[in-house]
Amino acid sequence: MKEYTEKIRETAKSLLKEGKVDIFIGYRKGTVPMMNEPFAVSDPDKTDLLYWDSNCGMNLCNYLTKRTDRIGIIANGCNSRNIVTHIIENQIKREQLYILGIPCTGMIDPRAVRRAVKYREITDVEESNGRVIVKGDGFEETFEKKDVLQKNCAECLHRNPVIYDELVAEKVPEQEGIETFRDVKKIEAMGSDERWGFFTRMISSCIRCYACRNACPLCYCTTCFVDEAQPQWVGKSNDPTDTMTFHILRAFHCAGRCTDCGACERACPMGINVRQFTKKLNKDALELFSWEAGMREDRRPPMDVYKVDDYNDFIR
Amino acid sequence: MTDKVFLKKDWVEALKAARDSFRIFVPVRDGDFHNFHSLEDWTIPNFDFFNTRLSPKSIVYPQSERIFECLNDPEDPGKGILKEAPKDYPPQAIVGIRPCDAHAFHIVKKNFEGPEYRDPWWMQRFESTVLVGLGCNAPCPTCFCTSVGGGPFHEEYLDAILFDLGDRYLARGLTEKGGEFISKMNGGSSADEKSIKEAKGLVAEAEKKVVSRLPFDKIGEKEVTGLFNAPFWEEAAFSCINCGTCTFLCPTCWCFDIQDEVSGRQVDRIRNWDTCMSPLFTLEGSGHNPRDKKFQRFRQRFMHKLKYYPDKYKNGVQCSGCGRCVRYCPVNIDIRTIAGLMNEF
Repeated sequence: MKEYTEKIRETAKSLLKEGKVDIFIGYRKGTVPMMNEPFAVSDPDKTDLLYWDSNCGMNLCNYLTKRTDRIGIIANGCNSRNIVTHIIENQIKREQLYILGIPCTGMIDPRAVRRAVKYREITDVEESNGRVIVKGDGFEETFEKKDVLQKNCAECLHRNPVIYDELVAEKVPEQEGIETFRDVKKIEAMGSDERWGFFTRMISSCIRCYACRNACPLCYCTTCFVDEAQPQWVGKSNDPTDTMTFHILRAFHCAGRCTDCGACERACPMGINVRQFTKKLNKDALELFSWEAGMREDRRPPMDVYKVDDYNDFIR
Repeated sequence: MTDKVFLKKDWVEALKAARDSFRIFVPVRDGDFHNFHSLEDWTIPNFDFFNTRLSPKSIVYPQSERIFECLNDPEDPGKGILKEAPKDYPPQAIVGIRPCDAHAFHIVKKNFEGPEYRDPWWMQRFESTVLVGLGCNAPCPTCFCTSVGGGPFHEEYLDAILFDLGDRYLARGLTEKGGEFISKMNGGSSADEKSIKEAKGLVAEAEKKVVSRLPFDKIGEKEVTGLFNAPFWEEAAFSCINCGTCTFLCPTCWCFDIQDEVSGRQVDRIRNWDTCMSPLFTLEGSGHNPRDKKFQRFRQRFMHKLKYYPDKYKNGVQCSGCGRCVRYCPVNIDIRTIAGLMNEF
């Protein structure tokens, strides 16, 4: 991780110095354990604040939307796929970007780490050689990083960036033999009442803070449907019907666009597994359209194309 | 008032006895964290916690509350005439509330009870609530209650306080309400000298553990428009995603929105928590939005807490140092850092 950080700082510094970019977007070390802050630097003398480790779970594409300047940005597998999605959806132009690709071995899930230390207060988390060392008042425990990964990272099939100008290091081997949709299949096997009950319970603690929506780089609409006043599609109280409407519609808006970066789930202050909604749609996109979001720049996502010669009757 | 000691093994049963007189809220483990829930026969209270994920503010100030109602029926002579929705304010107690969250109610009260107006719902519910605090033996690294006029065992805003002495609690009534609550509990014995001494020792020990500070000593003397127009806001707000986590988790954020909802003939006027992070918060009917940009909304939150509130009420900052926003902001915006920028400007 140290090598990554050094290379990021170095690259940002020279890009800014040479005037190739106006701003460089990465992360800086956070003020609390397991939390780094998305950070933009435009002064080449301040690039030493940039930082990388396995706590960079917020998706940086949120900060690209509709920018007009030239931007340097770091991107691991999922973030790079969101850059592709952003380019396809006209949220940014490829020419504006200098992408420093990050071969990624996944992000640490703070929830998993807290569970692993039985909810004792953590004061520091360090990483070395695939291990995570967790320290607190009167304890120190070491875990294998693979055991405390975010769920989406443990199931990730695209750890290397798909689009980049330069890589921060050699590519990492992609994970093999991963059964990505095991949880989705379980839900699919439920009867409709049971499934409705599952999702109802899952979101019962939702406080409608919209952290999941706002952490998502796909949610860039100027006015979200939940914020529309005329007509008002969704009520604003914590009525369970309105809350469910929000979650279901949000997920459908992401159909065929979600890269499963996990930012939504990471952001949720109530620990709701919101990916259970989007993952089903990712599975459908894969099975029905052989589509994984953000893998290539020359194809549009299945939900926003229309072909006169489409093989399905219903669309003609 | 005399102190009482309750053995932990008898604690929940002792509390349950007070349910004849009070609706009781207790911390309950909800998966990975704790929240306050009503103490029912099936509830499993868990007092082994740092603090609840959500502050107990919703017990006094529900996230959504029906305030008025009317019928939307052309035949009804009362059509469209709003009447207050029925509410009741039975005596209730929040048992295990941390001193910071109790402090927060008093910070918020400045807004809901002023010389010009009084919010009837917030006030009535607050007045019917007994705050039975649980002192913090082990404050977190993100706690900074001592720099905002509180402390891990701060008694000023509580009706009663509990000291966790390992196998037992020492309960001390601090107000008449608090004393009454303890008297309604079952069992317990008069506190012995040893327990009282142990409790005293906890206070000093815990205060030493609060190492985090909120720097704001120089913000008061600053000219408000100067601070408003300070150059650091845009950069500081860069990472903010404008979600409502900080405001909804915050025990001192009080802003609300009022919505009318129609369902068949029934019209409800509902008060919902609102968040100044949302563009909708200030969107005007004309379409103009005075806080159109992200950094303006971000600035509002910190200016309100650290400048406008102190200037208006002369009651310290609008923050009780619970640290929830620091711990759960998805992008690590830290009020201690932002206060530092404001303080040093």
